[in-house]
Amino acid sequence: MTINTLSQDGVQRQQMPCLTKMERMIISMQDPDMGIKLRNQRLLITVIPHAMTGLDIVEWLIKKCSISDEEALHVGQLFVKYGYIYPLKEPRNLILKADDSSYRFQTPYYWMSTRWPASELDYAIYLAKKNIRKQGELIEYEKECYNALHKRINHTWDFVVMQAREQLRASKQRRKGDRIVLECQEQAYWLVNRPPPGTQDSIDHGPERRTTNTRVQLNAEFYKKEIEHNRISLARNRVKSSICLESYVKYCEQYQPHDPIMQGCLPSNPWITDDIMFWNMNSETVALPTKLRVERWSFSFMELLNDQMGRKEFLTYLEKEFSAENLCFWQACEDVRHGETAKIPEKVDEVYKQFLAPGASRWVNIDSKTMEKTLEGLKRPHRFVLDDAQMHIYFLMKKDSYPRYLKSELYKNLLARAIVPQETKKSVFPFMRRQRHSSPSPALATQTAEDDGKAKYSNSNSGTASRL
Amino acid sequence: KNRQLPLLSSANLVFLVEMAAQEVASQPSDTLTTLKTESETLKTKLEEERAKLHDVELHQVAEKIEALGQFVMKTRRTLKGHGNKVLCMDWCKDKRRIVSSSQDGKVIVWDAFTTNKEHAVTMPCTWVMACAYAPSGCAVACGGLDNKCSVYPLSLDKNENLAAKKKSVAMHTNYLSACCFTNSDMQILTSSGDGTCALWDVESGQMLQSFHGHAADVLCLDLAPSETGNTFVSGGCDKKACVWDMRTGQCIQSFETHESDINSVRYYPSGDAFASGSDDATCRLYDLRADREVAIYSKESIIFGTSSVDFSLSGRLLFGGYNDYTINVWDVLKGTRVSILFGHENRVSTLRVSPDGTAFCSGSWDHTLRVSGQKYLRLSGVVMKVSHLFCLSPDLGLNVDWNSDVSLFSPQLDSRITRRL
Repeated sequence: MTINTLSQDGVQRQQMPCLTKMERMIISMQDPDMGIKLRNQRLLITVIPHAMTGLDIVEWLIKKCSISDEEALHVGQLFVKYGYIYPLKEPRNLILKADDSSYRFQTPYYWMSTRWPASELDYAIYLAKKNIRKQGELIEYEKECYNALHKRINHTWDFVVMQAREQLRASKQRRKGDRIVLECQEQAYWLVNRPPPGTQDSIDHGPERRTTNTRVQLNAEFYKKEIEHNRISLARNRVKSSICLESYVKYCEQYQPHDPIMQGCLPSNPWITDDIMFWNMNSETVALPTKLRVERWSFSFMELLNDQMGRKEFLTYLEKEFSAENLCFWQACEDVRHGETAKIPEKVDEVYKQFLAPGASRWVNIDSKTMEKTLEGLKRPHRFVLDDAQMHIYFLMKKDSYPRYLKSELYKNLLARAIVPQETKKSVFPFMRRQRHSSPSPALATQTAEDDGKAKYSNSNSGTASRL
Repeated sequence: KNRQLPLLSSANLVFLVEMAAQEVASQPSDTLTTLKTESETLKTKLEEERAKLHDVELHQVAEKIEALGQFVMKTRRTLKGHGNKVLCMDWCKDKRRIVSSSQDGKVIVWDAFTTNKEHAVTMPCTWVMACAYAPSGCAVACGGLDNKCSVYPLSLDKNENLAAKKKSVAMHTNYLSACCFTNSDMQILTSSGDGTCALWDVESGQMLQSFHGHAADVLCLDLAPSETGNTFVSGGCDKKACVWDMRTGQCIQSFETHESDINSVRYYPSGDAFASGSDDATCRLYDLRADREVAIYSKESIIFGTSSVDFSLSGRLLFGGYNDYTINVWDVLKGTRVSILFGHENRVSTLRVSPDGTAFCSGSWDHTLRVSGQKYLRLSGVVMKVSHLFCLSPDLGLNVDWNSDVSLFSPQLDSRITRRL
């Protein structure tokens, strides 16, 4: 049996967390003691109660959330955009200005969380009211909507007109102040829910989630699996938080000199100075690596292997130690694991011949238990058949060869010779911006060699020209 | 079932009759409710177990570290060319190229450094929510409302129609939310609105493994940088983040502390933890060895959901792109916000730090992508971060980064000395 997980309209659920948060803040803004001080605002000859200025809003936000004025203006702007606050004088512009422009809180009746989606019928009545009240008051896009609605819900049009007339009659009996407020509220609501063309649609939120196509059956089987998972998780070994968290501190500290955003990079950050020296000096095929790069190989075995140059250096070292077959074996296993499915059997066979078969030219030293298991698995080769052997060799290198490499003359020598780039001296004249050189596309690797010459250092200026 | 009904008032009687009626009607779901309750009870027990070894908070451990102070971020490149909302982007391993996809079906490959467009493809569907650059740099993968993930080999022949060589790899039963190549061009990991993730062989299009366990749409995934390279994390609309074993398809660990959809997950560089961004306007850090949530990054003024997160190279900074158009930068260890970047004119939908950590790229519903980084000011050879204001003595030989527009002034001197560089 399937239980439908959709309890509300999918899209509305996406909006709910931020709307709830906004409303909470709106309510505290209206708190009689800690909220914004409201006052009367004079609009021509009418007095509108409970108004506030844009500056009031911004200042309240600065104090409440301890943020800068730029951020406070930004947050306040969102309240206006989503219709929780509306401007009195220029109601068409849903913009917050940090000056003495007047604003009011929208009545909860019109909040996005209560009244969404806006109904077509309500919109028709609103437009009809505008039309009746003052001929020609509807602006262009409203006229279009009005006509479209007239066609679409023609069958209820009498009702629409009747409602419109009723509401207009009722409003005439109100005090002018109240009438203006109600009109402003209603107008603001429609500006948010039926934005004029060209303005941003604040209720636009992308494709629906949790539709019926999700089809995850929350049936007995699902829950049984979840229960099993939870039982296993309960029995899991955990590490104390203090140990785990301490490791982040160490990691961040160790890598901070290598983090360009945190600490800059030498000779300079290409994105800032437009100079690609940093990339050139750290490329795969550079003659002499930088000191930072070589230092990083000592952080972990993974760091050494992840850098092509590091891997090559390590291979050179292993060759001296007559254990190069370990690294080659590891690489071959990686190739099986991440390669094409169709090629697995032949690759595995190759690996067996070269590394595992008795008397193989590059025989790797695996413990007998793992060897037995692997050889058994080779009868039916699959992607992960070499995993155990690969891991054994990986840890062998990590525990034995790697630490010795770091202490070796080869490594120490390289570290001593490694470059510490000079910081780029910026030109005093700010107007001389460097040309941004293009680089050969990695996709070139698939092209023939003769094309290389053409694509290489063609200068191009930053900006508009697209090279399609 | 027979019940001995005691003498009751009519109101109570009505109530009991209704209860009985409900019981009868819900007979088939009896086992289901029991199962669900059992699962919930276990989850509560699990959280209790996880709490037992939590002996210190992250910010306490970080007390001894120097605070970072405020950063000022600056946009260095703006990529204009998409005619519609940018939904996703990914960096190439060459550290300067990117691929981006948008609502109108366009997928563009740029050299972000020069801002030139190098390739463009129009997908046959709208809302291309996922795109990824192949490790070799020779292909890109993308997909969205077509429920598929397709791979396009990048050709430098300008006359060649990229769509002609397109390979259809993944097939889901609902939209594709994210995709990512594993360590080679040959395999792709996908997540979908159909509630599952899957691993595919690119050449044959065969599904190698599927991952079931989420109760709703899966929205994001990230591959672990660990030594054994066999796990990945996913986040979904069920507020759960799950860690999976790629070999067996089993869910190894799951975390359910967010209060809303998880839009983005990203591993901490060491692979021992991951961060998540959610519609509940928070980012959270989960440690895999401690098996629990260890930090929440939130602020009262941040009301809108996080759409995407990524770490700086050292893992000290966490960048979050938000639905309120801003990018907030967090000090991962101290838990404080160190920077806020304005500039986008609509939701930030995607954010990734470049492979060598020199900059980060954000894509937005305002149709643009921006590459940004920290603003620097170098004074007498000392690199200083730019804050809103700082003081100098006036006799320094200034060697200034002219890309900045910083106000310098000293309170000891006359305010006339204030200059805008």
